[in-house]
Amino acid sequence: MVEVTDVVCSLCGCVCDDIVLEVENNEIVKVKKGACSVGKAKLLGHERIKSPAIRENGELRECSYDEAIKKAAEILYKSRRSLLYGWSSTVCEAHKVGVELTEDLGAVMDNTASVCHGPSVLAINDVGLPSCTLGEVKNRADLIIYWGANPAQAHANHMKRYSYVSKGYWTEEGKKGKKMVVVDVRKTMTAKMADVFVQIKQGKDYQVFSALRAILRGHEDVVPDEVGGVPKEQLLEVANMVKESKFVMTFFGMGVTHTGARHNNIVNAIQFTRAAHLHTKASIMPLRGHYNVAGINQVCTWETGFPFAIDMSRGYAWYNPGEQSATDLLYRGDCDAAMIIASDPGAHFPGESLKHLAKIPVIQIDPYANPTTEFADVVIPAAVSGIEAEGNVYRMDNVPIRLRKILDTDYLPDEEILQRILTEIRAMREKEGE
Amino acid sequence: MADELLIRNGVVYDPINGVKGEKKDICIRDGKVVDSVTNPKVIDAEGRVVMPGGVDIHSHIAGGKVNAGRIMRPEDERKGVEPKTKVCRAQSGYSVPNTFATGYRYARMGYTFVMEAAMPPLAARHTHEEMVDIPILDNAAMPLIDNNWMTMEYVKSGDTDLLAAYIAWMMKATKGYAVKVVNPGGTEAWGWGKNCNLNDTVPYFDVTPAEIIKGLAEANEKFEMPHSIHVHGNMLGHPGNYEMTKDTYDVVKGIKPYRDRPTMHATHTQFHSYGGTTWGNFESKADAIADYINENDHMSIDLGSVILGDTTTMTADGPMEYSLYQITGRKWTNHDVELETGTGITPFLYSGKVSVHTIQWAIGQELALLVKDPWKVALTTDHPNAGPFIGYPIIISHLMSKKRRDESAEAMHKAIFDRAALPSIDREYDLNEIAIITRGMTAKTLGLHEHGKGHLGVGADADVAIYDMSPEERDAGKIQKAFLNTKYTIKGGQIVVKDGEVVATPPGRTIFVTPECDDKLTDEMLVTLKDKFAKYYSVTFNNYPVQDAYLPNPYEIKAPWRSS
Repeated sequence: MVEVTDVVCSLCGCVCDDIVLEVENNEIVKVKKGACSVGKAKLLGHERIKSPAIRENGELRECSYDEAIKKAAEILYKSRRSLLYGWSSTVCEAHKVGVELTEDLGAVMDNTASVCHGPSVLAINDVGLPSCTLGEVKNRADLIIYWGANPAQAHANHMKRYSYVSKGYWTEEGKKGKKMVVVDVRKTMTAKMADVFVQIKQGKDYQVFSALRAILRGHEDVVPDEVGGVPKEQLLEVANMVKESKFVMTFFGMGVTHTGARHNNIVNAIQFTRAAHLHTKASIMPLRGHYNVAGINQVCTWETGFPFAIDMSRGYAWYNPGEQSATDLLYRGDCDAAMIIASDPGAHFPGESLKHLAKIPVIQIDPYANPTTEFADVVIPAAVSGIEAEGNVYRMDNVPIRLRKILDTDYLPDEEILQRILTEIRAMREKEGE
Repeated sequence: MADELLIRNGVVYDPINGVKGEKKDICIRDGKVVDSVTNPKVIDAEGRVVMPGGVDIHSHIAGGKVNAGRIMRPEDERKGVEPKTKVCRAQSGYSVPNTFATGYRYARMGYTFVMEAAMPPLAARHTHEEMVDIPILDNAAMPLIDNNWMTMEYVKSGDTDLLAAYIAWMMKATKGYAVKVVNPGGTEAWGWGKNCNLNDTVPYFDVTPAEIIKGLAEANEKFEMPHSIHVHGNMLGHPGNYEMTKDTYDVVKGIKPYRDRPTMHATHTQFHSYGGTTWGNFESKADAIADYINENDHMSIDLGSVILGDTTTMTADGPMEYSLYQITGRKWTNHDVELETGTGITPFLYSGKVSVHTIQWAIGQELALLVKDPWKVALTTDHPNAGPFIGYPIIISHLMSKKRRDESAEAMHKAIFDRAALPSIDREYDLNEIAIITRGMTAKTLGLHEHGKGHLGVGADADVAIYDMSPEERDAGKIQKAFLNTKYTIKGGQIVVKDGEVVATPPGRTIFVTPECDDKLTDEMLVTLKDKFAKYYSVTFNNYPVQDAYLPNPYEIKAPWRSS
């Protein structure tokens, strides 16, 4: 039995890096410290895709890596416009090969932010993002706002490690010295812990942000008696808490990005933060879902200039989310093959988009079977990053952390699978050129 | 493939070796400059200007803040798109180009080394990930070690040796090159939305920025560090800051450098040479700063010269970017980094129709022209803060041509004639001086001349720029054009640019410094540092240092502890 420390969790955007494991006979037998229940379940392992496979007559036939990789390369090589989608649950080293492959094919590359914090990225395109690392929150923040997010269930270690419950330099009393405001449409587990719970009407985030902005900028006279289901007195109370705080941190989730005014909600959330900054130190951060969704945005940006929904068919990067984003591309039937890596559109895309995805050849690269596997034509199992493969990831605050390799495996890492597909495609092109 | 190359009959400017425009052959074998060659491939440089590869001392090209600038500015990315070629990856961006474009464009200007100016230690992996993706250029990065709680605590207690041990550990942990200082104390204060003057007390830490700078300069000289501390002082960009700038320079006066180099490099000095008390009576004080540099030998500076047009400003000086954003009301990104530093980013348009911008534009060039010894001056735009690096040839053409400067001044705000000195300066740089401020001085100040950079002596890296111009050329437009796209750029003996086109994209090396520190001292320092990790950092001590995997092409420089 070997104890392994400083293990980095490859589940959610918290990227906890203080996990302690017990490993025996190339198997994780116990999670001793650090992980939440969901992270623990991933570390202890579950059902894997056993073998590479190719769909024939509606059934997946097991095959070798060589055969599956060759078939995948053929599909992409023959395609006139392919979609390479996913990327958020793998490492940056794989992302880099993905961008190269996209460029080589003149394909469209999109990632799960597109159906997640894509609206947040659009807002950052628009106004920027006043933010900080999570350690800043831990050491300084005396007022925490969770808006349209339920970390108690979705990012289970978030409050303990980084925000309301954590202890830091100026926050040595932990939650005793802090206040927490939760804004949501229903009383979630997180809301139950809050000092103030602001229950807003579905889809009224924009209006509530506007009201708070108005108050913080000295225009409370224009705020009506009730905004988005929130009484004015409560808005004044929250604004007052902001004014009296030394450091206010707002975290927001899908409840803000996908309701009402969508990306304009986030623009307004950021404008609220700017207004708060006139009175105190104020920062804001999206609660990113996958452990490396921030990373795929980073890699795409430094390599192509743009964070997601990148069309390389012109030979250079073209960015127009809403047109080149995966769901829209599929909805219009505007691609003739797809490679899905480290994600599951089968479970998350709108039905109309999935109809087209089910029609075209689909390659799936993933350690685990999921609804996408049900219609994938080539299935390539991968090593689990953070357990069987190492690599760089970006936490939700864009702090880069290196995943560790804990166990040996015969599964290939994503990076290698992609590199081999790219090599095959280049060989095919060279052969045709002859 | 020929391992030998002969550059024949070029007019060579190699200031480190005292070569000032001599007709001379350059022999190259296996990536190095050699005495002679036997069976070389020949490049005919007849009558053209030949210089060592350019060495940029200060440019923001890689890492979290550069990428945050890109994410915030899709409109800037759209500006610079160029399709992929057989050799080159797709390019995007103007003031914040993607990594590939960064490598290609620098190489086309004849540059072969660029120093990333500010690396937040906690995000060092990010800087390295991007540097690996910048083709052709050798590179290095300077970790920010000034607003760090460890630094301030050791400065307060006066433990210079322990501070040195901390610097050594950080340099190794980040694979960094030199100690970077950005608004010391002020960026920590920005954690609470505040800022610091040079002699203010940093909130909660009971030290002053002046004490931080002095402490770091003393600790830096405990080692044989190739570079001095590299300082962005307090109150950057504020009217009337020139007095504080001089006071900052005075702080390190008397500290003896380990070898013949300055004790402090003051960066983007243009932003620190402001007179007046408001934006209304804003004026150039480049003369006062230049006088100081002329009278003292412990300082070097780089210009931070302005390029007119739109750009993206970015710095670890969070409060400065906030002030700028409040002036313009444009986009603003901020990213404070726990226990260490911060980041601010906002777009900015330098307009020749605005008095303040016009004076800023003049100041950068005044500094170059008023400092008598070019070995104290480096050409920079603090890319992309005063303008993108792609504007260097514009500055070169202005420094070399009084006529060009007068033409530009005529078209700009008239404030240039009464609140700046530029129109009254007649000096013109010659090519030897241009070679000094773009490669000789920068390589020497960084200590890279001892590692093959910035010169063409035997044993040097075969990094060569051949410009398609005669040394007699006086036409500013033609000079600018020649410096934008080389006839040839050779990197490590390989032709990477030919006739202005990138023809090969070998990977660059990352150069880093390993200060060597006594184990006992390190152990004592680590007790304090590990406590910081246990209580205040959001990552563990063991997950913090940059792993070797991030430097596929490393080049290590050891900096021994000085026995004295």
